[in-house]
Amino acid sequence: MSEVLASLLDGLFVGCIYGLAAMGLSLIWGVMNVINLSHGAMIALGMFGVYLLYSHLAINAYILLLPVMAGGFLVGLAIYWIAVHGVVNRPQLMSLLSTFAVNMIVIGIGTTLWSTSPYNVNFELSGITIGPYTFTGNHIAAAIAAVILAASLQLFLYSARFGKAIRAVADNRDGAELMGISSAWVLMVAFGLGISLAAASGALVAMLFPFTILSGGIYELKSFVVTVLAGLGKPIGALLAGILLGLLEGAVTPFVAVSWVPLIEFALFVFVLVFFPRGIFERML
Amino acid sequence: MRWLTTLALLILLPFFLGTAMAQQTVTIGFTVSNTGSLNVDSQEQFRGFELWRDQVNAAGGIKAGGKTYSIRFVNYDDESKPQRVQQLYTRMILQDKADFLFSPYSSGLTATAAIVTEQNGKLMITTGAAEDKTYKQGNRYLFQMFTPSSDYLTSALDALKAHDTKTQLAFVYADDSFSSAVAAAGKAYAQKIGLKVAFDEAYGPETADFGPIIDKVVASHATALVGGGHYADGATLARQFHNQKAKLEFVSLLVAPDSPKFTELGDAAFGVTVPSQWEPQSAYKPQFGPSGAEFAKAYQAKYNSPPSYESGGGYTAGMILQHAIQQAGTLDAAKVAQALNATNVTTFFGQTRFATGANEHGLQIGHAMVLAQWQKDKAGALTKQVVWPAQAQTARMVFPIWQGQSKTLEEAQKAK
Repeated sequence: MSEVLASLLDGLFVGCIYGLAAMGLSLIWGVMNVINLSHGAMIALGMFGVYLLYSHLAINAYILLLPVMAGGFLVGLAIYWIAVHGVVNRPQLMSLLSTFAVNMIVIGIGTTLWSTSPYNVNFELSGITIGPYTFTGNHIAAAIAAVILAASLQLFLYSARFGKAIRAVADNRDGAELMGISSAWVLMVAFGLGISLAAASGALVAMLFPFTILSGGIYELKSFVVTVLAGLGKPIGALLAGILLGLLEGAVTPFVAVSWVPLIEFALFVFVLVFFPRGIFERML
Repeated sequence: MRWLTTLALLILLPFFLGTAMAQQTVTIGFTVSNTGSLNVDSQEQFRGFELWRDQVNAAGGIKAGGKTYSIRFVNYDDESKPQRVQQLYTRMILQDKADFLFSPYSSGLTATAAIVTEQNGKLMITTGAAEDKTYKQGNRYLFQMFTPSSDYLTSALDALKAHDTKTQLAFVYADDSFSSAVAAAGKAYAQKIGLKVAFDEAYGPETADFGPIIDKVVASHATALVGGGHYADGATLARQFHNQKAKLEFVSLLVAPDSPKFTELGDAAFGVTVPSQWEPQSAYKPQFGPSGAEFAKAYQAKYNSPPSYESGGGYTAGMILQHAIQQAGTLDAAKVAQALNATNVTTFFGQTRFATGANEHGLQIGHAMVLAQWQKDKAGALTKQVVWPAQAQTARMVFPIWQGQSKTLEEAQKAK
């Protein structure tokens, strides 16, 4: 197997996680026009959620995704009522400041509780070895979990009654209210779902690499790139854009130093913002 | 009248005695990275400072020039950021009136702190700051405890050459001043002793995923990996090359594997070597202060964790400053600096001697490093052993280390 092919496959697996991380940001941004600056902190909470559960229960860490997502959902509901509900209809700067404050509070509490020392979830699934390259079981499982979660969210948004209500509120909040949909309830659940997805992506990342309370930051940045690529409120679009970003990383890293990757990604970010402000999948999804 | 005078003297005597015997204070300022990427190593360094202070104060303080000084620390969180270091060292000198300073952890932060301390004529003992460049700027009050970065990889490369002369090296290191300086010196030394460098790449200090770099290392057919940076990136790198089954015979990472926390990586820690400034097993005969075993025991008792070389360096920085103050008999920075210039002593940490030439003043020229490796004891628990140089060896180096085929040198030679 060639180095480029191995790098592309690695990019594919990691890209699925970028996609999952971005889904939560995209959902919240798309439905309530709130740019959640606590997204990275929520990803980090997902990392610590799986770490704490795994260190106490010592069962298959992927089973722990479910309680982590449930916990993320509840945390999301709480944050919505405490910090978002009051500013959701006000200028966007207010929600930016409010979620940034949540981010600082969570990181402050996390630093006090866990410091910024790296933690490690010592759980490994056996991987696949092709020639000199090994693709770890954790990378493959994370990619599969991300695809399943993206498909589930897509199914929920387009088939379930409540999912349709979320889309209706996203499209036209006043119109949805006139049809009897409680937008406050819908926004709260959408925020909870967004945080739940962020926590899930954090849990999956925690099984791949050591992490600290600050580790969500890098995935938050990638989530912005992915969300801009995909357009808002499109879970499958976010997954595809995440995969695209991962493949881009995989394609360039054999040829340039890894430290150039953020420069290339953010150049792409600016390019898409200028030429495709509604995302590259505008007409496809 | 006489009885009245006697009574007055009796009443006032304790006050006179109290004033004469009152302890004075020596204030030492430094920053600690309580948060940020240098957190683990910086905390261990701080514990070394703290243990030294507590032991000296418990023994009555520093006795110098007929006075006794109790040690007071002034310290703040630098968040692993140079801009914080610049603000805080200025504050500690100007507002907190620190008499002396210890360095923050890392070469990068220390380089920033050194500008402030030199400008203010304050003496700073550096520890956890190995990069040579900082000591070649014409400083007068800067003194380095660690072996400089130019010698960091010498023991690792010598050990590697002794086991496999045809090895192909991959240098993968953090793009920070310390790691880059170590790697540059390491590459030059590798070429000097005839080892081939097959791959060379620096990565950003915040890199969280080393998958692409490991693919490149595999593609380069490198058989040994040398590099890393500090704890967070080194631990991630070690875990990923283990998980991705990169068939490396030898891995030597900077700093991270020295921390007791490294064992949290489980099997990924096995076989990884670390150029170490000091190991608890090192059997130096100290001219003063505790032996290595005594220090390790006290440290374990206080922190419920074995000391790392950052901890040893922190403690020794305190001892060397104390020794210099005692030699100078004063807290005057210029006189203490003179005493440090003349210092040539051995503590449990090894020899300490500073260069005194104008172009490299304060550079450490007495201390030597060892190479330590994570191995398994009979019970299967990870334990760190000194594997190089031969005279300091506590166990033979496990070589090659890759994936379940770990062998001692003898077993590897038999297998060949």
